[in-house]
Amino acid sequence: MLGVTRVDAPAGCDPANPWLALSAVVDEVLAETPGVATYRIRIQDEDAARRFRYRPGQFNMLYLPGLGEIAISISGDPSIASPLPHTIREAGRITQALAKMGTGAPIGLRGPFGTSWPVDDCAGKDVILVAGGIGLAPLRPAIYTLLANRPHFGELTLLYGARTPDDLLYTCEFDDWRKKGLTVFTTVDRATRGWHAHVRPHPGCGQFQFPLEENRGAWTGNVGVVTLLLERLRLGRPRETVLITCGPEIMMWYTTQTARGLGLSETNLWMSWERNMNCAVGLCGHCQFGPKFICKDGPVFRYDRIAPFLEVKSL
Amino acid sequence: MPEVEQPSDSHPTAFLPTADLQILIDRLMDDGFQVVGPTVDQGAIVYDEIRSIQELPRGWTDLQEAGKYRLKRRDDDACFGFVVGPHSWKRFLFPPMAQVASADRVDAAWVMRTPTDDPPRYAFLGVRACELAAIDVQDKVFLRGPYVDPIYKKRREAAFIIAVNCTQAAPTCFCTSMKTGPRCKSGFDLALTEIRDGFLLEIGSQAGRTLADRLPTSPATQPQLEAAEAARHRAVEQITKTLDTTDIRNLLLGNLEHPRWNEVAKRCLSCTNCTMVCPTCFCSSVVEVADLTGDHVERQRQWDSCFNSDFSYMNGGVVRNDISSRYRQWLTHKLASWHDQFGSSGCVGCGRCITWCPVGIDLTEEVAAIRGKKFASISLVQLDGGNQQAPTRSADSSGEAPPPCSA
Repeated sequence: MLGVTRVDAPAGCDPANPWLALSAVVDEVLAETPGVATYRIRIQDEDAARRFRYRPGQFNMLYLPGLGEIAISISGDPSIASPLPHTIREAGRITQALAKMGTGAPIGLRGPFGTSWPVDDCAGKDVILVAGGIGLAPLRPAIYTLLANRPHFGELTLLYGARTPDDLLYTCEFDDWRKKGLTVFTTVDRATRGWHAHVRPHPGCGQFQFPLEENRGAWTGNVGVVTLLLERLRLGRPRETVLITCGPEIMMWYTTQTARGLGLSETNLWMSWERNMNCAVGLCGHCQFGPKFICKDGPVFRYDRIAPFLEVKSL
Repeated sequence: MPEVEQPSDSHPTAFLPTADLQILIDRLMDDGFQVVGPTVDQGAIVYDEIRSIQELPRGWTDLQEAGKYRLKRRDDDACFGFVVGPHSWKRFLFPPMAQVASADRVDAAWVMRTPTDDPPRYAFLGVRACELAAIDVQDKVFLRGPYVDPIYKKRREAAFIIAVNCTQAAPTCFCTSMKTGPRCKSGFDLALTEIRDGFLLEIGSQAGRTLADRLPTSPATQPQLEAAEAARHRAVEQITKTLDTTDIRNLLLGNLEHPRWNEVAKRCLSCTNCTMVCPTCFCSSVVEVADLTGDHVERQRQWDSCFNSDFSYMNGGVVRNDISSRYRQWLTHKLASWHDQFGSSGCVGCGRCITWCPVGIDLTEEVAAIRGKKFASISLVQLDGGNQQAPTRSADSSGEAPPPCSA
């Protein structure tokens, strides 16, 4: 056991009073892709902010008093306690309100909750990360952790698919990730024509992105579903390869099936699942998926532990 | 909350005359308890605050069957001569509406607060064996997991429990199948068995003993003990409904695509009655209640139900978008996945969901139907480590094909 993601006493949420949120503020909003931004959230109490620890793949409940809570995975580097980045797509009324409020918005935060990516168990193994769209956000803490401890792992590969080139997240970091030893392959569903118009400084990091394959004037990269990238990957040692995936349910399903076909063990496949989240601590019943509570048994599950339920409609 | 858990057979037994039950209530009120017990309201026996034994449903009984509940006069003056009604004790320990938190806007920031309410110290009078089991089930949910619900905890720890052994059963009762009753064995402070002129009193905890010492009891006579035994035995004999729980977890989770779910969905109204009357159902939702200034917001937790269509709302859609999937969720959770989650069944066999279903759906019939004709099965590993190991999908022994993949 590597121990790089061990958190002895996750600070933040009181097990005796999980309903109490911490006061927090949106420090900064970084536009990412159309409709998606990363909110850097700072817990106001400095001591609580310093003690806050989370593991890659865990989530927080972000609270807008009067509107309600949303479950959002933490998308930052777990070795940095504050501020906490959350990459959020404007979807419902709470995320839309948060987008309107922007920098300086006073909010509440409960967390961290849930299970995490098995980064420690990846020591000595090859790791494939498969992300779809905003599904890269919950994987980013795992990427940071893997790269910070790079010598402990074998081949590291990110396969990332999005609907259009515009929807690829975190592209300005890809170069850095590649330099640190992560192979990055991208694909899109549609190579939109307007792509060349987006050669511009990234709003988050301010750097021009010309050197990146993903950001050349016209999309010359892969087109097709992300599982095609997985099928093409040459695996040196499939039984010693761990795959972790996050994205739409259908994408994760086909990813796991493809991985099984490539000879990966079912015990080395991990996915992050999503359901309606209300209490986040297993007390409200909303997020059940078969016998699992997504909030406390998940969101990260080992494939074989939920496999019988993946094919059941409307579960 | 009882500290001592022993089979009641080892408890010394005393006799309390019927009229002196008032003294029991008075002593509890003297000690600062709000006594909650059965009383007649809206044509049903419900649980509410009582101060006098005259408020008990004396001389009333209930007639129950699938989809039907009626009160009827007894030919005696029994205090507890009925079974269970639409209420359960969860409405006091896990209130239908409770404030879980609040937020106040101060200088452009939100100050988060925990409610400092001071709930009554409840003394529950008339808790049946199935209800003791239900309280234990909810204890597992709210107190024994990684996170504790402070609202439940505060009420539960202060509660004093006076159990009552059933001396009759309804056609909807099946506690014997769920091994929860009808005899009250643990989880109470005091337990009563009603006979003609009074009650046999058993002690279940130190707090119960302290109270019993202040009651005008006399040692039970042999005929009284025999009358109580006969009365309790009558309840056992009257229970006719059964639920075969053999391997029920794997039976139900292995039949998630059984055609019976669609059959029952044609009758089910998705009305949520079964979940509201169920003494163990714990689903809830938190709603935001802001005052007129918008600067003070209370977070109100309300009972919710897996039968509500928006219960599974996510990303612009509803996961369980038909009654078939919602009924399946309820039944499989109650009888199967509850074992994975909390180490016991979520059903205590009280029969409320059968009685209060407007169309008389009987979960024991649904399980029997699924057990009778296996459509297909997913072979699931046994419970010991069941969620730790790899299940495999296979056709069942009848040779029928597994259901088609929906992905």
